[in-house]
Amino acid sequence: MLEWRRRREPSTLMLGLSPLIAIGLTMLIGMLVFTAMGYDGFHAVRDIFLTPFLEPQRWPDLGVKAAPLVMIALGLAIGFRANVWNIGAEGQYVMGAIAGTGVALATHGMSGWWILPAMALGGIVGGMAWAAMPALLRVKLQVSEILTSLMLTYVAVQVLYFLVRGPWKDPEGFNFPQTRMFTADQTLPIVIPESLVHLGIPLALVIAVIAWLLMEKTTAGYAVKVVGLAPAAARHGGFNADTVTWATLLASGGLAGLAGLFEAAGPFGQLTPQFPTGYGFTAIIVAFLGRLNPIGIVFGGIVLAATYVGGEIAQTTVRLPQAATGMFQALLLFMLLATDVLVRFRIGWRGRTA
Amino acid sequence: MTSAILVSILMTLVAASTPILLAALGELVVEKSGVLNLGVEGMMLCGAVAGFAVAFSTGSTGLGLVAAAIAGIATAMVFAVLTLSLTANQVATGLALTIFGVGASSLIGAGFVGKTITRLGPVFPESLSGHPWLRAVFGHDIVVYLSLALVFGVGFFLRRTRAGLILRAVGENDASAHAIGYPVIAIRYGAIAFGGALAGLGGAYFSLALTPMWADRLTAGRGWIALALVVFAAWKPGRLLLGAYLFGAVMTLELQAKAAGVTWLAPELLATAPYLATIAVLTMMSLGRKTGRLDAPACLGKPFSAS
Amino acid sequence: MTSIITRRRMTFGAAAASALPLLGRGAQAQAPLGVGFVYVGPIGDHGYTWTHDQGRLALEKEYGAKIKTSFIENVAEGPDAARAIRQLAQAGNQLIFATSFGFMNPTIQVAKQFPKIKFEHATGYQRAENVATYNARFYEGRAVIGTIAGHMSKSGQAGYVASFPIPEVVMGINAFHLAARKVNPNFKTKVIWASTWYDPAKEADAAKALIDQGADMITQHTDSAAPLQAAEQRGVFAFGQASDMSAFAPKAHLTAIVDDWSGYYIKRVKEVMDGTWKTGDVWGGLKEGMVRMAPFNPAMTPAARAAAEELVKGITAGTLHPFTGELKDQKGEVRVKAGETASDEILSKMDWYVDGVQA
Repeated sequence: MLEWRRRREPSTLMLGLSPLIAIGLTMLIGMLVFTAMGYDGFHAVRDIFLTPFLEPQRWPDLGVKAAPLVMIALGLAIGFRANVWNIGAEGQYVMGAIAGTGVALATHGMSGWWILPAMALGGIVGGMAWAAMPALLRVKLQVSEILTSLMLTYVAVQVLYFLVRGPWKDPEGFNFPQTRMFTADQTLPIVIPESLVHLGIPLALVIAVIAWLLMEKTTAGYAVKVVGLAPAAARHGGFNADTVTWATLLASGGLAGLAGLFEAAGPFGQLTPQFPTGYGFTAIIVAFLGRLNPIGIVFGGIVLAATYVGGEIAQTTVRLPQAATGMFQALLLFMLLATDVLVRFRIGWRGRTA
Repeated sequence: MTSAILVSILMTLVAASTPILLAALGELVVEKSGVLNLGVEGMMLCGAVAGFAVAFSTGSTGLGLVAAAIAGIATAMVFAVLTLSLTANQVATGLALTIFGVGASSLIGAGFVGKTITRLGPVFPESLSGHPWLRAVFGHDIVVYLSLALVFGVGFFLRRTRAGLILRAVGENDASAHAIGYPVIAIRYGAIAFGGALAGLGGAYFSLALTPMWADRLTAGRGWIALALVVFAAWKPGRLLLGAYLFGAVMTLELQAKAAGVTWLAPELLATAPYLATIAVLTMMSLGRKTGRLDAPACLGKPFSAS
Repeated sequence: MTSIITRRRMTFGAAAASALPLLGRGAQAQAPLGVGFVYVGPIGDHGYTWTHDQGRLALEKEYGAKIKTSFIENVAEGPDAARAIRQLAQAGNQLIFATSFGFMNPTIQVAKQFPKIKFEHATGYQRAENVATYNARFYEGRAVIGTIAGHMSKSGQAGYVASFPIPEVVMGINAFHLAARKVNPNFKTKVIWASTWYDPAKEADAAKALIDQGADMITQHTDSAAPLQAAEQRGVFAFGQASDMSAFAPKAHLTAIVDDWSGYYIKRVKEVMDGTWKTGDVWGGLKEGMVRMAPFNPAMTPAARAAAEELVKGITAGTLHPFTGELKDQKGEVRVKAGETASDEILSKMDWYVDGVQA
């Protein structure tokens, strides 16, 4: 009889291969399910997974969509490695945007190169502050950061609603709940002329490389992994689990906050009640899609961005409902989580020793 | 304020609390077994659409409720297979389950938008359920009584039965429970199925009783509130009942105050109250504990494999 | 959680250039005319987006194979909207309807890059050579139901389940209340801000709270049919929103303000076909058929029916205007002088309530 056998070492081959298997399975199952439901399953899958990559005019769209996901996921992945489960990145993303917008509103009418960096700093601090609460509660009182970070997400969103409908409402905005538009000095510059590619996109890539170097080449990165895998051993090795909890939560909060500010100062150009789009939650999927590896996360972010962009293409070409895009994303994650078992286990015959 | 209004407010309060209570009670059992399923909203939506579809097709709200529970279980099983049999990460799987539920319910429900059914009615005869003030006790539908019975049932099960003890043991220390010979995985499958059934019923309470119709995202985020409530209740069924009704009371009374023209705190800030209260409860629980650890099941969210 | 405005200081030159071959193809005489729609909600909301999609279906029925419609639903207001609109432009559509206020800046932005494509933006105020705006005078319908409520209410109190205090909603509340006051000078309108466009359970509970506080007429400016269901259950009257919702509340539903975009859509498509399309700002009401009243419930008293019909006739003929002075706000300041009617500018910026509104 077949059974799962735990591998002594996680399979590096499967680590790289399983996301591809997952994507392949998602495409196959998606095709079958949507064909059975009466849609053109083949073209739906083609438009969702291939068209965004094949048409160069979609690439800037992929970048714009992927950048915030990648930035948030990078921070989350560091925490996940250390068994720190920050699932409130959405709140830190929103709080970062709020803090950065606060700087923008305070500097309204001023000009200078320093404004944008000050906003970015505001974003990082806002995100970190929002992540500091779960960190404090976990370190001092052993309260689960999963629950506190999730609860704080709702609080952050309500604070946003309060500000854009109240004190921060644009005085010239016809009473619509939104802040003033940011000025030129408060908006992220475009790095490739005549395109959508704003500064946040290359910066996301730079941050990914830094995160990779940090995780793979430094003692701090090693400490994070050891604390995650073997807390007891970490204590022996002199690594402080509390320090790691603080560091990973602040890092993920700060990155989510910066991503929020980039989104506000980039594509949005202001804050509106529609600002929270669930990137903080979607980024959890991206982190897993990328196997918690910074370089993998860049690819994960692009694949997930493609499902959004491709989902819209499929709506216009084969009338696939928008709800189906969500199904594809969920299916993709299910498949990925399912194939993950191949990394840690292998299939063997019962009765024989490994 | 007349007694008629008080009775009416009570009825609204009970109805608003019931779906959250059901979903949270299911999640409580799941979490007691050491599993964190963040897919409550997804399971509720699948229950809501299945309940409405069956009730509309058969004309029976009773069958609708059964279908909703089954749909909830079916959705929960996706989670169970991934997290238990394939040891996938619970947080990620739960989130994916919600995305899945939103999408699947929308696709299934597309044909039912704009359709109507007869609302799930009171259990007791008109003489009781229509009585001006006796209806505060006898005017509810079957699901309300069921939810109350389940609170006591679950409380009894967890505290007084051997099976409940084993379930808690699995949630507290899965490795020891396994070593003693308890089927950890099978018990967790059971708990997740129960959680799915109750989330499905909770979802169907929207589409069959509260607002008898189907529209996309009908439950509008109540599944997340249910999750918060479990923590708020410190994993105790009695407190969960209190918490759900307290939450329902705040929601209902806020609207009543607005209707009466009372200017209240900014609604956005009031909306943060349940979440801040949950964090406060967590914090107080931690500060006040004597045993050195929280009431939270020790294995919550951690994967288990026998080998 | 779903997601307004983008202001990118950049152009979409590359994207526009690559779409040119598609444009050329679409312009051929025999090829069907591409008409695209961007929706803020799912077409299954049975509310605002659903009414626009009914307009799209009416187009298909009217023009058959001469046109090809496509839509992208559930588009978040913000950067995602710019992408969705551009996607429709690149796919060769020659007329694109962006159907939500929050699509305004993205529409203007994308329109710059596709000068040959015509854009129509619902409920906004920014226009361009190739961007027209359109909206419906829903407040005319609100005045009609206000008149009915004034006649039918025994308690002299209406409950108003509202979303957010933006000008569109505020003018609706005022129009409703002014009309009801004409019938009953002591009429009260109680507003609950639900702080959501869509949360059926909360909308229903808001309606119940209003009924508990004495309202026997329920009206709403939120999307779901839940307040009507609550009214039906409690045995009071209510009015449908955006579409005929009588199926949800056969007894309670007196009439509904029906959004009917089909006439406008059919007209604008025809103009693109004929090459006579011009930018502009259309704000149509009962006269243009963009706002209609659903069939009146037989439960309506003859007096209420007669008054409602007379008002519809008067507004259609242009002899009656729901906002005719003298109008004072709640501080007693005169906002519209006696004998004058409120200008469209006053309406589109309205952030004050008339006397007797409890908001």
